[in-house]
Amino acid sequence: MYAQLVDTGTKRLKTLEEMSPEERDFQEKVDAEIKIEAKNWMPDGYRKTLIRQISQHAHSEIVGMLPEGNWVTRAPTLKRKLQLMAKIQDEAGHGLYLYSAMETLGADRDEEIQKLHDGKAKYSSIFNYPTLNWADMGAVGWLVDGAAIVNQVVLQRTSYGPYSRAMVRICKEESFHQRQGYQILLDMMREGTQEQKDMVQDAINRLWWPALMMFGPHDDESPNSQQSMVWKIKRKSNDELRQMFIDQTIPQLEFLGCTAPDPDLKWNEETGHYDFGDINWKEFYDVLKGDGPCNRERLSTRRKAIDEGAWVREAAVAYAAKQKQRAAA
Amino acid sequence: MSEWRLYEVFVRSKHGLNHKHVGSVHAADNEMAMENARDLYTRRSEGVSIWVVPSDTITASASDEKEVLFDPSEDKVYRHASFYKLPDEVGHM
Repeated sequence: MYAQLVDTGTKRLKTLEEMSPEERDFQEKVDAEIKIEAKNWMPDGYRKTLIRQISQHAHSEIVGMLPEGNWVTRAPTLKRKLQLMAKIQDEAGHGLYLYSAMETLGADRDEEIQKLHDGKAKYSSIFNYPTLNWADMGAVGWLVDGAAIVNQVVLQRTSYGPYSRAMVRICKEESFHQRQGYQILLDMMREGTQEQKDMVQDAINRLWWPALMMFGPHDDESPNSQQSMVWKIKRKSNDELRQMFIDQTIPQLEFLGCTAPDPDLKWNEETGHYDFGDINWKEFYDVLKGDGPCNRERLSTRRKAIDEGAWVREAAVAYAAKQKQRAAA
Repeated sequence: MSEWRLYEVFVRSKHGLNHKHVGSVHAADNEMAMENARDLYTRRSEGVSIWVVPSDTITASASDEKEVLFDPSEDKVYRHASFYKLPDEVGHM
């Protein structure tokens, strides 16, 4: 999931009787699957939760360009370079769709980006891991975008109209990302040297657990999930989504001829799902708090981009003002 | 960017179809709004024509005006063809 641990500000769910008439109308609309639009009345907590979740989601798309940007100049062929650039451009686009959806709630894009740069806003933990070899571009596309798709497909049905519509658009584009990633790995496994095949397994070994962490904490450790589910911002729980992802990914992993770095991973005939080992939650919370391998580097890169691009934005405004003046004269 | 104006973007996906609202962009001027809209909303040949409109120039109905504006048409069933029952002998009309 691109938004992990979103605070809803609620300790306990309200019953319908405890709600104000407005709150009750709102909840009944949500329950009836009627989408909430920007101009409709909504509880303050709903608005704030959405701003937090959508901004985290948008920040993740934007920061998510950085691990891949690392490989644009190092892509092995022109074809791969073009594909990678197209994917990165999509991430920028996804960030912008989401910031637009967030702005319909009355939030300001600059302010939210400032919060990110001040370390006050979160983004997905996954982007704080380094991309060390070319196979990482394959593994990121396949596993990271794959995990994002599982989450985002469900979010297309989220209760807030503008968020839902942004997700529909994003999902359409996302499957290209996953396929191009998987194809990088397939080519390396089919035609690569032993060294290249080892790179694929190494990339999977490093990114497997962080990809599973993308779905966020266990359901019973996730106090905000309940409120988000009632508001239908979230439609499926973290653990459900994680299980879906694992179940659909293992056959693809086996087809590659690779393994997951999890000795407990095995098919469970009874449940019809894969069992898997414990996630290192300390690592997850450390990365989320800012102590992952690349947190500082990612944020300083973002700050540098904004600061060093300031003159371009100023020039654009000056140019627009001049054009306006000329047109008036 | 806050100092940049917000524009709503409408895309005609095919000749013969209406322009449809697809989202918004920020831009310093109209020309940049068009360029940004093209980059953001038509990366995969989603359109053959784009409109960009400054958001603050749009007059929208408010949600609390819903009844005032739209309820009056609810009790005018005679505005629909299905209100008029024709004998079978008349055939399709």
